[in-house]
Amino acid sequence: MRFLNRSVGRLSRHRRRPVAGLLLLLLGLVLTGSLYAALAPSSTADSAQSDEELVAQGRELFLVGCAFCHGQNGEGVLTQDGNQLGPTLVGVGAAAVDFQVGTGRMPAVQPGAQNPTKPGSYTQDEIDALAAYVASLGPGPAVPNPEDYSLAGMSEEERQEAVSRGGQIFLTNCTACHNFAGKGGAMPHGGYAPALSNTTARHIYEALLTGPGQMPSFSNGNLSPEEKRDVIAYLYSLRDQPEYGGFDLGGMGPVSEGLFAWLVGIGSLVGVATWIAAHTARSSKPKKSNSGEEFAA
Amino acid sequence: MSNGHDSHLPGLPGDDSHDAAHDGHGGALVPEEPIPNPGLPEHVWRPTDVDAKAERRAERQIATLFGLSTVCVVLFVVSYVVFGVNGGADGKSVRTIGGLGASNVALGVTLGGALLFIGVGLIQWARKLMADHEIVEMRHPARSSDEDREETVRVLALGADESGIARRPLVRNSLLGAVGVLIAPAVVLLKDLGPTNRDVTDSQPYPGAGLEHTVWDKGMRVVRDVVGTPIRPGDLEIGDLVNAEPAMIFEVDDEGEPVLEGVPLQIAKSKGAVVVVRMLPGENKPAPGRENWAVDGILCYSKICTHVGCPISLYEKKTHHLLCPCHQSTFDLADAAKVVFGPAARPLPQLPLMVDDDGYLVAQSDFKEPVGPSYWERDSQQSTSK
Repeated sequence: MRFLNRSVGRLSRHRRRPVAGLLLLLLGLVLTGSLYAALAPSSTADSAQSDEELVAQGRELFLVGCAFCHGQNGEGVLTQDGNQLGPTLVGVGAAAVDFQVGTGRMPAVQPGAQNPTKPGSYTQDEIDALAAYVASLGPGPAVPNPEDYSLAGMSEEERQEAVSRGGQIFLTNCTACHNFAGKGGAMPHGGYAPALSNTTARHIYEALLTGPGQMPSFSNGNLSPEEKRDVIAYLYSLRDQPEYGGFDLGGMGPVSEGLFAWLVGIGSLVGVATWIAAHTARSSKPKKSNSGEEFAA
Repeated sequence: MSNGHDSHLPGLPGDDSHDAAHDGHGGALVPEEPIPNPGLPEHVWRPTDVDAKAERRAERQIATLFGLSTVCVVLFVVSYVVFGVNGGADGKSVRTIGGLGASNVALGVTLGGALLFIGVGLIQWARKLMADHEIVEMRHPARSSDEDREETVRVLALGADESGIARRPLVRNSLLGAVGVLIAPAVVLLKDLGPTNRDVTDSQPYPGAGLEHTVWDKGMRVVRDVVGTPIRPGDLEIGDLVNAEPAMIFEVDDEGEPVLEGVPLQIAKSKGAVVVVRMLPGENKPAPGRENWAVDGILCYSKICTHVGCPISLYEKKTHHLLCPCHQSTFDLADAAKVVFGPAARPLPQLPLMVDDDGYLVAQSDFKEPVGPSYWERDSQQSTSK
């Protein structure tokens, strides 16, 4: 205090006043505070606070909507006969939550082989909160940045290149289940690989990252973010393609085409043949000319 | 109707060769017509038979249908010229009709119409104008008449006699010999279809030749298919699946030329294809002698189904089952790829893995057994999976 008083004393003739030291101290504190507020990364304090709030909010939502199957701490719940009601969510990461809840697969209507997509039950803010809570349970893949999966800003040439490479990657890694046209297919035990015709880029990316259900994951070490984006570019290019060869009948290959051929094709042939043989208009009048006798026997 | 030829019909009563079941009837002849023949109903005429106007109208309809077919053919030629398949006027996009390829739709509709209208016209012709009176056509007996049979036998006997085939054994035997030797050209040609499996395996005309070998070798890196990048164990998460290939198919020599090209490349790719999966190390039950074939729960199996050789990568990460899309053979990758369902008879061959000095996944050796489906000598091979 004495030191402060002395240094300021030269500037003020009131330096010997008793309040001078106190004022100076206040001034220093205000200056330090405002400088810190102006220069320091201002978000840190706020976001730390809001992250905590988000996790807390997510936990509230989780306890209401998810805990019945996944357990109050996301540890998973087993049924009495040892089946899994809901798997543990420790370590699945925010991306899994964003995918499962964002596509409406979660919350599930009922336990079963596979949860279908449906209109979402949560707003994006609520999904973010749930994701933040589940991410706080254990390390897992985060929700990807839009730059990772966005096709915006690519030149036409880059896009063509991405489509070509993504097509090869898709045909090698994905077609076994999702079909070469991305139309999905049946899987064992009542499951199915969903069609990818309407899935958003973000959800495709998250599904690759997290491997929902029985799907193997394609983590960033396995399939790099650029390769994932190429796959998305290919899937999007499929949507713009006209059906050059005619109606695709769901694009499911021989099943729907064979059914169409059997039911519509052969069915209409049988119908026409029956009609040809069955119906001929007849007249009640006898034939007038003599030539009729030739046939009348 | 004449039934004078009843004795020629097999199975009729009175036939000596008849079976015992009918003898119970005392061999009595059944009546020729058990139910009186009602004859044909009276013919009812069509409007076109009795009405000259209707007849002319039908004529015009049929001619119109044939005319429409001609129009369709003209339109076919026109649409062939008008709708390109290599891009439209801007040289980029192919023209479409309702989201379908314009050329395909136009060609299909017009050609289909041309054929359909001819068919419809013919049917209309038959139904409206051609005579449609009912007639009875009796069946003919299948057996030839006795005269024809005797004549045939006589001609054959005459031929045998005049050629003297029975009297001239030298000619006959030399003919038989000549025909018999004719099998030799077929044997020589078919034998030279290609080298045998054993020849290929022994001579190794290119890397991994023969059914018993692939290009995998000690220290060859396992690389991702399509992009060809090597894999570090740390790249893979639990539950990851990688469709991988031997590094050799992406390798280039000093002059930048691919090491493998053409047929050897395709063979190397198709036989060397593998799937790499990562599971919790505790989940894997390695077969005896394979305890060190995995790296931290990373396992590598041949991607070629042992049933008929389809590439399989339909993987369920929770059950560790790998399914073949062709015939639903299912392999449990956590249990030495044993077959748990389907027609495959053998587990998928496993590729022993290790990590090289740079930290990438490499093979310890080639597969210890032939990959892919069974072949002639396959069962004599020692299988490591037993």
